[in-house]
Amino acid sequence: MADLWQGYIWPGIIIVAQILAIVLPLLGAVAYLTLMERKVIGAMQMRRGPNVVGPFGLFQPLADGLKLLLKETVIPTGASRVVFILAPMITFILALIAWAVIPVNAGWVLSDLNVGVLYLFAISSLGVYGIIMAGWASNSRYAFLGAMRSAAQMVSYEVAMGLIMISVLLTVGSLNLTKIVEAQANSVWFIIPHLPMAVMFFISTLAETNRHPFDLPEAEAELVSGYNVEYSAMTFGLFFLGEYANMILMSGMTTILFLGGWLPPVDIAPFNWIPGPLWFLIKVVLLLYVFIWARAAFPRYRYDQLMRLGWKVFLPGSLLWLVLTAGVLKATGWTPWN
Amino acid sequence: MIIQGLAFYLFSIIAVFSAVMVITARNPVHSVLWLILTFFNAAGLFVLMGAEFLGMLLVVVYVGAVAVLFLFVVMMLDINTLNLREGMAEYMPVGAAIGVVLFAEIAAITGGWMLAPEVEAARAQPLADPGAVSNIQALGNIIYTDYIYLFQASGLVLLVAMIGSIMLTHRTRPGVHKQNITAQLDRGRTVELKKVSTRGGI
Repeated sequence: MADLWQGYIWPGIIIVAQILAIVLPLLGAVAYLTLMERKVIGAMQMRRGPNVVGPFGLFQPLADGLKLLLKETVIPTGASRVVFILAPMITFILALIAWAVIPVNAGWVLSDLNVGVLYLFAISSLGVYGIIMAGWASNSRYAFLGAMRSAAQMVSYEVAMGLIMISVLLTVGSLNLTKIVEAQANSVWFIIPHLPMAVMFFISTLAETNRHPFDLPEAEAELVSGYNVEYSAMTFGLFFLGEYANMILMSGMTTILFLGGWLPPVDIAPFNWIPGPLWFLIKVVLLLYVFIWARAAFPRYRYDQLMRLGWKVFLPGSLLWLVLTAGVLKATGWTPWN
Repeated sequence: MIIQGLAFYLFSIIAVFSAVMVITARNPVHSVLWLILTFFNAAGLFVLMGAEFLGMLLVVVYVGAVAVLFLFVVMMLDINTLNLREGMAEYMPVGAAIGVVLFAEIAAITGGWMLAPEVEAARAQPLADPGAVSNIQALGNIIYTDYIYLFQASGLVLLVAMIGSIMLTHRTRPGVHKQNITAQLDRGRTVELKKVSTRGGI
């Protein structure tokens, strides 16, 4: 009995507690990211943004969430019911489980996988299913068009993202996310040697999360709202939560790969007083700000321009940089492994 | 070990069940979705075996890319689900024959492991000590050091196949307006940028 407690139940409780410790703050962050987005865009367009519910509109996300919960879920006739319900669930779950390998501080990670980067890449490549299933199951032309655009877009930009990740992995010599950050502690943040890749990676994450200026899947002017046009209430809410959780995840990924994760910019007095998780948070919020900034500043890409950027600019560019990185590492003997 | 056993049976039962559903589902799109579930559970089994790299690769390549294109094509096809079962008797023997051959091959291999211990030893030989070397390194050593020429050759074959398929499907259509980005960027200063003061206008 004691064995059962020691071997299975207690570790199980700990794991569940850790999962809650990741998911609950994440959901709070998602809620307030929506508020931040509306406030920042409001400021950029010289409006106030939400300011009625609570002080400075701080309770607006709660009111929105409550509203979504209380609305009726409508399933259109002719929709494939199971797939229709499954699609938002998949989107949301995938956005959450990726966080299992994100290290917020040295050792603050649910699962310190050896293939952490690959796991993240795999999970983010699955994100397309939620959208494509939603588009197909809705049995609507607009939704299907949006889903097709999204699938093509996500598959295209994943290729470039993978190659950019390989450049970083080569300089580290490991696929473990904690080791990637530790390697940056011993040298410099990878944004310095890999600056072009960092910019390309960030743009690819914009495309991967279907955010502006690459939000063709939900282009409201032509496709009404794209793949989620038939969704209402909490099924729509899950898509919404999933999209914003994905934005935070992608910012976290960029932070770990290029901005030194939980590390302070320089390891001297006033900077290293701030604890690591706070640095991580600061960097993620900065990147999220750029996400929102891009939304306020840029018009939407045309579809062929999007494909051109992905296949004719990012793919050759990242491939060239990969060969260059490998060549420099080999020639100078900076290889971190042997 | 109990947990691992449970996880193994969970993954394998779901994998077998969804593989059966792939061929029995009425709607072809549902078939593809079941196929994806099968891939996913196979990846889970790989991870359980300690081959986490292969497991992740299975998810990235098959689930993340190949199956998406599959799903795409199946969704775009206008399939009449009613007479999908036509010609069942015609194709059944061929399919069954392929199945029997595959099954016989797998049985031969695993039977070899069971009956002859030296075959089992040969199977384990190319892998380095799994405790010391991560399986990315082990795979890298085998592919890029021991079998580099075969690997390069297979890469070349794939490249040729890719160029061939592009050449076969590519056709030049008249009257298509293409955007020439270079020409646009090379255009002189016919458009003027003006600094407009906020709330002032031009």
